[in-house]
Amino acid sequence: MKKDLHPLAMIAVIAGVTLFGRVLPTWTLSLATIAASNALIALGIVVLARTGNVSFGQGLFFAAGGYGVALIANAWGLTDAVAQVIVGAACGGLLGLVIGPLIARYSGIFFGMLTLALSMVFYGALVKSTALGGSDGFNVGRPSLFGMTFTDPREADFMLYAVSVIVTGLAGIGATFLFRSEFGLASLAVRENNLRVEYLGLSANRIISINFLIAAIFAGASGAFALMAQRHIDPQFAYWTTSGEFVFVAVLAGNQSVAAVFVASMALELVRSFSNLYLPNTWQLVLGVFLLGVILFLPRGIGSLWIRDRRKRRISATAPLTAERGAAP
Amino acid sequence: MNFFLTIVLDGLIQASWLFIVALGLTLVFGVLKILNIAHGSFYALGAYIAATAVTMVAARGLPPSVGFVAMLLSVALIASAVGLLLERGLLKMFYGRDEVVLLLVTYAVFLILEDVTKLIWGVNPIYATQPYELFGNLEFAGLYYVGYDLVLIPISALIGFAIWFGLNRTVIGKIVLAVIHNEEMSVSMGVRVNRVYAIAFAFGVLLAALAGALTAPKISMQPGLSSDVIILSFAIVVIGGLGSVEGAAVGAILVGLARAASVHLMPQAELFMIYLIMAAVLMFRPEGLFKRETARRI
Repeated sequence: MKKDLHPLAMIAVIAGVTLFGRVLPTWTLSLATIAASNALIALGIVVLARTGNVSFGQGLFFAAGGYGVALIANAWGLTDAVAQVIVGAACGGLLGLVIGPLIARYSGIFFGMLTLALSMVFYGALVKSTALGGSDGFNVGRPSLFGMTFTDPREADFMLYAVSVIVTGLAGIGATFLFRSEFGLASLAVRENNLRVEYLGLSANRIISINFLIAAIFAGASGAFALMAQRHIDPQFAYWTTSGEFVFVAVLAGNQSVAAVFVASMALELVRSFSNLYLPNTWQLVLGVFLLGVILFLPRGIGSLWIRDRRKRRISATAPLTAERGAAP
Repeated sequence: MNFFLTIVLDGLIQASWLFIVALGLTLVFGVLKILNIAHGSFYALGAYIAATAVTMVAARGLPPSVGFVAMLLSVALIASAVGLLLERGLLKMFYGRDEVVLLLVTYAVFLILEDVTKLIWGVNPIYATQPYELFGNLEFAGLYYVGYDLVLIPISALIGFAIWFGLNRTVIGKIVLAVIHNEEMSVSMGVRVNRVYAIAFAFGVLLAALAGALTAPKISMQPGLSSDVIILSFAIVVIGGLGSVEGAAVGAILVGLARAASVHLMPQAELFMIYLIMAAVLMFRPEGLFKRETARRI
């Protein structure tokens, strides 16, 4: 297995990154907030991808979280950032709880298409619902934290950065534990061969549903962050190209390392903002070439850059075994 | 009664161009097993090329009928070239990888083409309305229709029949069907699968671009066109069953009618309706309406 970082060390890393935000310039701060929020949703996709299913409709839960938070914030004046994240996660999770068991029966392309279809149903409904501002969406107020309000924009940005980094970091630690747990390993087994998993007495559908739920919770929380960062929400949250970007981050990261998700998300945001700055109108082109390059040269994602060697050693040690396994039907 | 007829005719007009797009998508999936996200970009590419051709012809003072022919020819030429180039130059490198990986490759192509069209044609809307008046206006059961719209229906029916005939009644079609059915066996029987792949992909691109060209006079070309079209054609092929020509036809008619009906009855539900149909079909018949049962777990 991977070199295991002690949980306390991981918490120290999160604290370090959070404090590092004090010295970052403002533009990097908001960039990092978006990157952390995207990393959270991409982490959900990675969790789900370990069962062999890629969701092309995480925008559904992203938007559900965002809209849920925005509506509650405007109706009841709930502005606390942490509470908003919890509400977002709950909204995403509730939806995931309903949808997960329904689509756990599908796999591969059909799974992807069905998730995409559901997110587009939601998008279509949002665009046409005038009560929610239609395609223009609506605005929400600035978030607060534990009763403190932030009037200085820099302080507000830092607060948001801190909350998003901490939440995403904790989710990352949780995911690391999950990956090592019995359940996490069973998820990998579902990807390899779901029939064998069923014969071993586990329910593949159940495993997929639970992973789906986790992904939905992460996506809902991520939607809350995106809402707080933009203080505006519109149906674009649920559009398929939004979901595509999250899958992009997940592919970039590969499914070997949690840290890779954060690196990939930050890399994407940097590529995007720099090509926005220097090559306006072509950032999608840059992104596409980047994606092709990663699929072609780093099929296991950028995580393989730093854990490839260990893997190679392990594979060479077990080469005869894998060869034999590969030959068996 | 008239109202009902309006919906049906509008639906069929919608269905006619959607069918051509979906046909390309379903053909590419059938042969190459790739769900091509960039398919909508080829539609947009065709529309843009057509607009350029039409404008160039009109600038020389030639009649719109020349423009119509010129746009179809130029689109056919460029689209087949682009298709061959993409398949041989790019997709070939990813064969044998997971279906989802190939999906992402086409997503990357979609992103790239999106910006390429922006670079070439800019971000402002482009129009090519000259051929739209080509067939005059027709009165049909007390309703006035633009002739061009009605002509689209037989054109797409013709294309659909040609594809069906080509696949089922010619040697080349039989070879393509063999590859669809069992690639390994085809190789061992001496079929050049690589060539079939290249031709099928180029043909899929051609169909998408052709649909783009045919609709170009009706619409305004602007960024975002491709992502709207791909979403509709996905719904169609999933409803009809991936890889099935008959399915694409039925799916296109269903989606066309659903669109027309919701535009006339409940404009707020348009996209919602289509995806609801798709989700419902997937729930009860995940293979789509027209796909034969397979033993494989989907």
